[in-house]
Order: sequence, then structure tokens, then C-alpha cells
Amino acid sequence: MTFGLVFEQLLNGVQFGVTLFLMAAGLTLVFGIMNMVNLAHGSLYMVGAYLAVAATNWTGNFALGAVLGLTGALLVGMVVEVVALRTLYERDHLDQVLATFGLILFFNELVAILWGRAALYTSLPTWLQGHVELFTGSRYPVYRGLVIVVGLLVALALWYIVTRTRIGMLIRAGASNRSMVAALGVNIRFLYTAVFGFGAALAGLAGLMAGPIYSVQPGMGELILIQVLVVIVIGGIGSIRGALVGALVVGIVDTLGRAFLKPLMGAIISPTAAEAAGPALASMLIYLMMAVVLAVRPEGLFPSRGG
Amino acid sequence: MPGRARVTFWAAMIVLLVLLPPVVAALKQPFYLDLMRRVMIFAIAAVSLNLILGYGGMVSFGHAAYLGIGGYAVGILAFYGVNSGWLQWPLAIGASALVALAIGAVSIRTSGIYFIMITLAFTQMLYYLGVSLEMFGGDDGMRIKTRSQFSGLVDLADPVVFYYLVLTLMLGSLYLVHRLVNSRFGMVLRAAKSNEGRSRALGFSPYLYRLAAFVIAGALCGLAGALLANHTAYITPDFMHWTRSGEIMFMVILGGIATGAGPLLGAVALLVVETVLAGWTEHWQVILGPLLILSVIFFRRGLAGALPGARDG
Amino acid sequence: MAETLLLARGLCKSFGALRASDDIDFDLKEGETHAVIGPNGAGKTTFIGQLSGDLRPDTGTIRFAGDDVTALGAPARARKGFARSFQITSIYREFTALDNVALAVQAHAGHSFRFWRKAREESALREPARRMLEEVGLGARADVLAANLAHGEQRQLEVAMALATAPRLLLLDEPVAGMGGDESRRMVAFLAKLKGRQSIILVEHDMDAVFSLADRISVLVYGRIIATGTPGEIRANADVRSAYLGEDAQ
Repeated sequence: MTFGLVFEQLLNGVQFGVTLFLMAAGLTLVFGIMNMVNLAHGSLYMVGAYLAVAATNWTGNFALGAVLGLTGALLVGMVVEVVALRTLYERDHLDQVLATFGLILFFNELVAILWGRAALYTSLPTWLQGHVELFTGSRYPVYRGLVIVVGLLVALALWYIVTRTRIGMLIRAGASNRSMVAALGVNIRFLYTAVFGFGAALAGLAGLMAGPIYSVQPGMGELILIQVLVVIVIGGIGSIRGALVGALVVGIVDTLGRAFLKPLMGAIISPTAAEAAGPALASMLIYLMMAVVLAVRPEGLFPSRGG
Repeated sequence: MPGRARVTFWAAMIVLLVLLPPVVAALKQPFYLDLMRRVMIFAIAAVSLNLILGYGGMVSFGHAAYLGIGGYAVGILAFYGVNSGWLQWPLAIGASALVALAIGAVSIRTSGIYFIMITLAFTQMLYYLGVSLEMFGGDDGMRIKTRSQFSGLVDLADPVVFYYLVLTLMLGSLYLVHRLVNSRFGMVLRAAKSNEGRSRALGFSPYLYRLAAFVIAGALCGLAGALLANHTAYITPDFMHWTRSGEIMFMVILGGIATGAGPLLGAVALLVVETVLAGWTEHWQVILGPLLILSVIFFRRGLAGALPGARDG
Repeated sequence: MAETLLLARGLCKSFGALRASDDIDFDLKEGETHAVIGPNGAGKTTFIGQLSGDLRPDTGTIRFAGDDVTALGAPARARKGFARSFQITSIYREFTALDNVALAVQAHAGHSFRFWRKAREESALREPARRMLEEVGLGARADVLAANLAHGEQRQLEVAMALATAPRLLLLDEPVAGMGGDESRRMVAFLAKLKGRQSIILVEHDMDAVFSLADRISVLVYGRIIATGTPGEIRANADVRSAYLGEDAQ
């Protein structure tokens, strides 16, 4: 276990964390402002990935495919909001959970009908293949580095929007007191559709960037969704800052755990025990962490809900 | 008269279910025996969820975990050659109760969106745990070569005998939950759901009552898991996949929250619809999804609301 | 000299920059009815919340019958003998009036980890509940769903539930709020019957009710108690007149 290896896994953890953040930011905004549980957020991630792959194959250009995929995810998100989700804002969480669960079934199957159940693999254009030399002497994939950079830029942009602009002020106010925002005469419907679409775009971005790293297949959204929920629980509902902190923590802990827990346990306990228990414990790590956070601070690290 | 209607409804229900095996045998359609047995096993899971969700207001998205724990308890013991149901089933129930205690102790301190997400996350954790257990088949799961043995008293390999056992256990579960929700314990649970502030002002601390309900529900669902493992003769981590949780929740909602017959009606409805749709197309979920959405938006009171005698808890 | 039942000292509660409770001292004697009045926004709800256990004071103590209850939450205080009615009626809407009061009786009949016997068939719960409903005048409405009761009846029900717990201290938060003339007179007459037998903290806007029921009145303005005294003393108090009685609510 060299320092170079640890650092590489740390970077992987940041990359995973950044992906989680993009998902968590959209989801936590929708929770915080519209008080809606949207389990279909993972489907938007999946839609972004699939549309990007389809667009790339159609146009032959990766960057163009990414842009088209992103736009597609935004549009799909807004259509879904207007058609299916509008009626749910007033309903209780149980109804929202069940309805968005129905959406998941629908999208997973739709994608299987259109592109089949087998995983799609995307190939990266030459300018994104290859590695960079790290100061530790090891090499790190260019693409993953790009994902980290893009994610952090988006985080920065979000921070700027939320803290420095009027719409950001509305979002923060809405996250802590919805009825007050409505009372101020803001066009709530438009705000909701915009917020939802924006969240969908973030999810789509996460999906299209994740495509070349993980695989593009039906149900990919749900795999990551649960981890996004852990992020939000740890970070606090409605808080972008919480989403970032939570996402990075979860991403790093999960990645390092999967990479190093088994060898660590093998060194401390015994290789055979580590063989059996290591992967199991590694996969449970972030949930145990969530349980600890909940025991100490049930509202999460940076709660923003007030009204 | 509500009492009369209820007795009539249940009498009719029981007669229908008891007569099913001979009718099915006469028509030479064993598939329906299998289907109804599966329906009733899920009805047990649904009634256990109805206790905490319908009556207790606790939207637990992680209930399928206990199907998995119950099923794996049976499967793992069978793997090691312990085939006695007398050992397997109590262990299935006990293990489920313990896990429910652990998960509930942490989760019930939260409410609302948090509670939904946390129960979902814990279930998925158990799912990944199941997947990582290579020894027991990991992702693919494993076959159970011998069904639970009960000293020759009941032969689960006989479809009809197994059916009647499941029927008995289902009726017992429905009755148990019925007594629970009308007892002092159940009243506190329902009061806390109806108005938590008023309950606290009266002197009730809902936490312990909710935790107890959560454990009971988990244990009962563990029994359903043990039954399911015997029914399919196979266990996989899919028993506890969160989409399975969603299915059980739908059965409770479709049937009618906090109703006596809701869980059974919901199980019948959902599984029959799934079976019919699956017969039409392999892509049946693309139809089921929107159907479920529509049912949530428009069909609020559930099936039990429409049938006289089915509503009373 | 009547015993002091409740003693609150130095209660302070802030929400961000807003000092909702500013160093409040308050006491209630056994058997007395002590009313709290004040203009809207004076912090009455925050004050009541700290007494009932729903809010924790930032600083200050509350002693009940000699015991320090500051750290106790609402359920624990209820079990010690606190009972309250809420400003916005808080009952079990899906249950009948009788069920509502029976639940109140149940809350003080030991633990409720009884899993088999039907609670609705337990006369130990139903009989006292029925009697209490008769006492507040709702006897004929026992089997009506609480949601279907008239507004005034719902508030009566809430008082019945509070009384059914055999409380040592009653916290009544605007009991006649939203009631018409006849209804509120009936409620005031009923509360008058409780005088002396119950120790009551009464938060109200209705001055007729306050002056006819209260043994002592405290005036809360901007989170501070500016005066405490008998109704006569308060009526004559110049500070009170300028701060509050000028804008008589009723």
C-alpha cells in the first residue's frame, strides 16, 4: 500500500464524491423547496447517460453528444415535472414515494425497450483518453480528472448562484420557509419547474459523465440513488453546503473502504476472515456512518429547514 | 351494520380461499394454487407493514429487508444441514426482530422524509450485504434443497398442504394485527399518528411504542420471508431489494391503509395485475409504472374502501 | 397561605435576534387562576411553550411542586400532572369524542404496553371518559367523530381531555378563541366552576373571560412581564393601560 496508491484512490473518492454531489444538489433542492421526495431522480441520471451515448453515436462527436444529452435530461425533467409531478406537491410523502417509484419502473423499462437490457459501453474520444502524471509518480486517468474539475466548477457555480444572486436568495428562503416565499408573490409554479429542471440537468450531467466510467444500463440510477440519500441525510436536507460535504465524505469513505478495508483487516485480523468479511463490511461502511451521524445529529450536519 | 358486513366479508373470503385448492385441482390449473399461495405470503408481509405504516404512520421503505432476513435464516440453516422448521422459523422471526430493533432504534428518532430515506438506505445496506456473501450465492442466490421439515407433521413439498398452512398463518396474522391495533398499545400508536403534539401533551412518549410496533412488524415479515423461501425453494438478495419494499407498500396502499382487509386485497390486486401484464409482454413494467402513478393520484381510498365490511380494522 | 405550585425564574428564549422571552419570572399558587394577557406578538405562545415543555428556555428554571422540571419534555411534565389545551384545537379528529377522552384517561392509567384486550371495551377507560364528557356538556355527542363536532364543541372536548388526566396544573391557551357569544359564556361558566379546585394558567385575549376568572393577572409585553397583580390592580395600572388595555381585543 504505497502513498501513490492511496492518493490515487483518494482522487477516485473525490471523483465519486463529485458525482454524488451533482445528484445530491438537485435532490436536496427539490426536497428543501418543494418538500417532495423524488425517487425518480436516479432515472434522470440514467436518462442523461443514455441520451449522451445516443447523441454521441449519432453525431460522432463526444462533446456535442454531452451537450445534447444534458439538454435532453433538462427537457425530460421539466416534462416529467409538469405532467406527472405537479399534482404531488400537496400530497403526503407516502404518495410521492409511490408515484415516483412508479416513474422508476417506467423509465427503467422504457430504456430497456429502446436500447436493450445489456450495458452500453461508451468509448472516449482520443483527447480524453490517456493519463496524467501525478506528483506522486503514478498516473491518473485524464477523464476522471476532468470529472473532478467539472464537478468542483459546478459546485463553485452553485455556491455563487445560491449565495450571491437573487434567485439563489429565493432558493435559500424557499428551502427554509416555503409559504413565506409564496406570500412574497413569487411565481411559485415557474420557480418549481425551474428548480426541478435544474436538478434534472445536474443529475443528467452526473449521468453522462459517469457513463464512460461505470456502465450505462437500466437501473443504474437506483444504484447511485441510495448513496445519494445517504449523502443528503448526512449533509442535511435543503443544504447545498451539506450536500457537498456529505458527498465528498461519502465518496471518499466508500472508495477508500472498498480499496483498503480488506487488506487492512487481513493485516490486523487474518486474511481468511478479511476475505469473507472485508467486502461485506466495506459495502456497509457508509450506512454505518449514516447511523452514527443520525444518532448524534438527526437533522444532519448542516440542516436548513426551518419553516 | 358494520359488524354484520364485516363478518359476511370475512366469511366469504375464507370460504373462497379454503375452496380454492379443490376447485383448482378439478380445473387442472395448479398455477393458480401457486399464485394464491404467493399472494397470501405477501399479504402477511403487507399486513405487517400496514401495522407500522397504515396505523402507525411510519413510512418505512425498508420493509423487504425482513423478507430477506427471514428467507436467508431458512436458507443458511438449510445450507448447513439444519432442515428443521422448528429451529429455522423461530430463528427467522427472532433475527428479523433483532435487526428491526437495531434499525428502528436509530431510524425512529427521525421522521418524515428522513425516516423514509433512512429505512431505504438500511435495507439497501442489507441487500449489498447479501450480495457480498459469496458463500451463499452472492448476487445469484442459492437453491434450498430441502424445505423446512416439521417432524413429519406438515409436508411443505405438498403444494396443497403448504397452501393451507400459509392460509392459516395469514388468517392468524390478520387477526393478530387486528387485536394489536385495537388494544391500548394500538391506540397509542394510532393516536401518535393522528396527532403527535396532542399525544405528547397527554403524556405519551411515542418512541417506545413505535419501536415496539416496528419490531413486531419486522418479526412478522420475517415469518413471511421464511414462507417465501420455502415457496420459491430459492433465496436471493432480491428478496430484500428496495423495489420489493415498494411493491409491498403498494399492496398496502392499493388495498387501503389502516383497513382490516386492505393488505390481502392489495396483495391480490398487485400480484394479479403483475401476472396478467407479464403474460402480455416482457416489458410489463413500462405499463405497471404509469398504472401505479395513476392509482396514487386518483385512487386514494384503496380497494377496501369500496368493499363493504373490508374497511374495519 | 396557598402553596406555590409552579415557579418560573429568569426564563429567556431567543430565536436568532428576536428575544421572545426576556427574563420572565412567573409563579402559580395552588388553587389559583393566574391569567396571562398581552398584545399580539408579546411572546405568549413562546412562554406557554416553555411552561408546557415543548420549548427549552435558553436560560432560567421552572420548578413544579418543588421539583426542577426545566429539562423535562412535554410528555414527562404531563405525567407529573401538567395538562394543556392548545390555541389551535388539537384533538384526534379521526376518533370519536369518547375515544378522545378515553385516550386521555389511558395516558394516565399506567403504561400502554397491553397488546390484546380491546381498549374500546375497557370500562376502566370508557366510564371515566363518559363521565367527563357529561361534565363538559358533550355527553350526547360521545359517539360523534371529533372532526364532525362544531368548533365550540371541539374546544370543549379539548378541555375535557385535559381534565380527564386528573391534572395538578391546567395550561389553557385561549380556550374561548373563535367562539361566539353564547358558546364563550358557557365555556367561561364551566371554567368558573373549576376555580379553586384546579390550578390554572390562563392565556387569553377575551377580557371579559379574564377579568371574571382570574385571581391574578400578569401582563406580557415584548417578552417581558411588565405587571402582575389582582384584576383591580391591573386595571388601575398606568403602564398596563398605555401598553395594552388601550387596544382591547374584545
